[in-house]
Amino acid sequence: MKYIGKRIPKIDGVGLVKGVPAYTSDLAINNNALIVKILRSPHASARIIHIDTTDAMAVPGVECVLTYKDVPETAFTLAGQSFPEPSPYDRRILDPVLRYVGDEVAIVAASNERVALRALAKIKVEYEVFTPVLDVESALDNELKVHATQPHTNFDVGCDASRNVAAAHSLEFGDVEAELSRCEVVIEQTYRTQAQAHAMMETYRASTSIDVHGRLQVMTSTQIPYHVRRHLSVILGLPKSKIKILKPRVGGSFGGKQTASVEIFPAIVTMKTGKAAHLVYTRQETFCCTTSRHAMVLTVRLGADKQGNIKVVDIHTLSDTGAYGEHAPTVFWVVGQKTLPLYSAICRYHGHAVYTNKAPGGALRGYGATQGTFALESAVNELAEKLGMDPAELRLKNLIKENDAHEALCGSLPGRPAVLASSSLDRCIKKGMELINWKNSFPAKDIGANKRRGYGMAVTMQGSGIAQIDTGSVTIKLNEDGFFTVSHAASDMGQGSDTMICQIAAEVLEVEMDQIIVASFDLDTLPYDPGAYASSGTYVAGKAAVIAAEQMVAQMRGAAARILDVSAEAVAYDSGLLSASADKKMSISELATTLCSFAGMDQLISKGTYGGETSPPPFIAGFAEVEVDLETGESKVIDYVAVVDCGTVINENLARIQVEGGIVMGIGLGLFEEVRYSGKGRLTTNSFMEYKIPSRLDIGEIRVAFEESHEPTGPYGAKSIGEVVCNTPAPAITEAIYNATGMRCRNLPVTAEKILMGIE
Amino acid sequence: MQLETTINGNKIVLDFAGGEFLAETLRRYGYLSVKEGCDTGSCGLCTVWLDGAPVLSCTTLTARMEDHEITTIEALNVEAEEFAQFLVAEGAEQCGFCAPGFTMTVLAMRRELKHPTVESINHYLAGNLCRCSGYKGQMRAIVKYMGVE
Ligand code: FES
Ligand code: FES
Repeated sequence: MKYIGKRIPKIDGVGLVKGVPAYTSDLAINNNALIVKILRSPHASARIIHIDTTDAMAVPGVECVLTYKDVPETAFTLAGQSFPEPSPYDRRILDPVLRYVGDEVAIVAASNERVALRALAKIKVEYEVFTPVLDVESALDNELKVHATQPHTNFDVGCDASRNVAAAHSLEFGDVEAELSRCEVVIEQTYRTQAQAHAMMETYRASTSIDVHGRLQVMTSTQIPYHVRRHLSVILGLPKSKIKILKPRVGGSFGGKQTASVEIFPAIVTMKTGKAAHLVYTRQETFCCTTSRHAMVLTVRLGADKQGNIKVVDIHTLSDTGAYGEHAPTVFWVVGQKTLPLYSAICRYHGHAVYTNKAPGGALRGYGATQGTFALESAVNELAEKLGMDPAELRLKNLIKENDAHEALCGSLPGRPAVLASSSLDRCIKKGMELINWKNSFPAKDIGANKRRGYGMAVTMQGSGIAQIDTGSVTIKLNEDGFFTVSHAASDMGQGSDTMICQIAAEVLEVEMDQIIVASFDLDTLPYDPGAYASSGTYVAGKAAVIAAEQMVAQMRGAAARILDVSAEAVAYDSGLLSASADKKMSISELATTLCSFAGMDQLISKGTYGGETSPPPFIAGFAEVEVDLETGESKVIDYVAVVDCGTVINENLARIQVEGGIVMGIGLGLFEEVRYSGKGRLTTNSFMEYKIPSRLDIGEIRVAFEESHEPTGPYGAKSIGEVVCNTPAPAITEAIYNATGMRCRNLPVTAEKILMGIE
Repeated sequence: MQLETTINGNKIVLDFAGGEFLAETLRRYGYLSVKEGCDTGSCGLCTVWLDGAPVLSCTTLTARMEDHEITTIEALNVEAEEFAQFLVAEGAEQCGFCAPGFTMTVLAMRRELKHPTVESINHYLAGNLCRCSGYKGQMRAIVKYMGVE
């Protein structure tokens, strides 16, 4: 193969490194846009009694000041999900009821930022302040309500505002209680995961204007352009055809921009004023007023026999969705969906996602699987200890294998469990053991007087796309000179889907990659794709690209046959040459030129659409070597080994960086990242000084190896990689720290303080 | 307010508001390679050179720029292209938003560090955050680019 499996640089890489204007704020800068700023609630729970904008409006340069009285009352969700979205419609553009510190009170648009800020300060608001619900564990059935009325849901997700429940769920395969009572060894433990910030480098931003056709034009840093168009259409009461969406390069997202946190604000300003508007969130707003990873309390019960056969997995989850339920049901479901299938056992997943008066939870790389993996894999490590077994061997004994069926696998129907068509997880574990020298290292060793190194491991799975719901499309056009335009809306946010699709198309079309233009900017010209989420890019859009390109080859053979006056079967295609015989042949360029002229009159456009019957899981076995200073409690991941089954590796460069970046994000989650609040509900970790993300000094060795499997339904055998990568570090690291110190931390992150207190 | 300074070798009279920081001024004048990632001087995305040394333009007051030489990556096309090739060969630019500021620091480091080691490189670049790459690919690129043994 020419392109598949190769280390190919990203097609936009050099330009981005050199700072070529490419992001929303770069491209929207010269249209004299109004600058939009937002007044936010200082209270975690309050109601606006009175709001007066007279003085703010009087500031010279102010164009408009909008309060809840000025905007449509439509309820909606900002979650980027295919309609009918599972997330409750619990938001309004502006609402007199304020549900967290930072909730939007008023929108100001002015000629520049300074004027806008001056006007913000002049808005007078009188609040009735209520006691907030801040503690997730007492939110359920609390007499204080986050939402006084029941939000609309498109179908039953268990939402019950009167109990502060955004979503509830229960799924059981077999009789968990009965089986558990028969088990010789039982583990029951509760684990807590914290809210984590996406901390993508480009903060949220969008730019709006009215175009020459009178359409609302929205340029936005998003991973869900089609969903943004649908949201705006519903909220503003505009037909979708009246909205034009542009998606430039995106400066990181990690699921954050799968919630349309900002687009509506400049959009409503443009609708009210007819003028261009631009909104850029500050870093502080990005931390405080968008979403973060749902904090969860997870109770795991495992049952096994003395030989180490795991018989029962039972996970109960309480998820904190904060003030609004964006992604509340789905993140909550995924906790179970992407953990239960790992072990062939009787299993159950149940619990609630509850509202609190805190910043909303949302989609973040891993999407619940990260929290679920921490809990389940920590419990499996504890089980191994109780059984006196090597935790790696315990997994090898119990893990789902290729061709096994499991009722909890995505794509299962009642009585028809889906089959795992590809897995090399057993090989991943064995390879990882070898790389980290597991047999000689586990569980720990002394390093000098006050330091010990511990070893720990975990495994994980994710999915590839949303089975039987989402589909992605790709179109290919043969241009008049013989080069191709490949169009898609899979929404590259840095991970490289533009490059991956280009590679796949070039492979099938047998041409150089620079003969292919990738169009992914202007939604008017792109086929449908729900966007970059649920680890869909390579598996869904990549497969659509294969289909579109194969169709293009067939169309080219057909068209050449007509021109050469032979049958289509007689035309062979090889690396840009269409030939029927020694004298009857033509190049793509000749074909294209003819087809775009009066003589040929048939421009070729092909398409491919794909959606998975199942959601083939990628797997990772992660191994951590962690050094702990027993005097200070400080710990550092000296070495992290991740062995990955993402099916066929389409582009090793892109895949490796996904793994390394995800591991580092997972190390941050394990050791120090944490969204924290004051006693009154103010989010205090609101800058990079307060909220520490890993710097290059925090990171030791990271070693990535690929153990390819072949996914029969994937493009060239590929599965996904983007999300699975951040799940193993937290449980592997906490286990390593336990082995080094005897301190078992079930409450993330494992800070130096906790370690020190735990040792003493 | 107004002052005269040099940007990328060209003398220019800058108009700016009191209290304005250089990052904002530069972007307003079309130097769009200059990115901003924070409000606390913590991320390094806004790195430009002031008289040849890397500075954070988000915390540098424009009012202090009288008779200085400011350099952005737009002026370092050849050098930046050379380093970019090493970086993309490792796939180490992902979203790319941190990359221009990071590259400005790397190019300054190359001039400054006479005997670079992995450790001294890590310390030099400690202020340049990247949320995407996990840093290891960046280091692989730099080691090759600088010829670290
Ligand atoms: S913008 Fe973050 S340091 Fe300047
Ligand atoms: S590449 Fe995205 S922040 Fe560095």
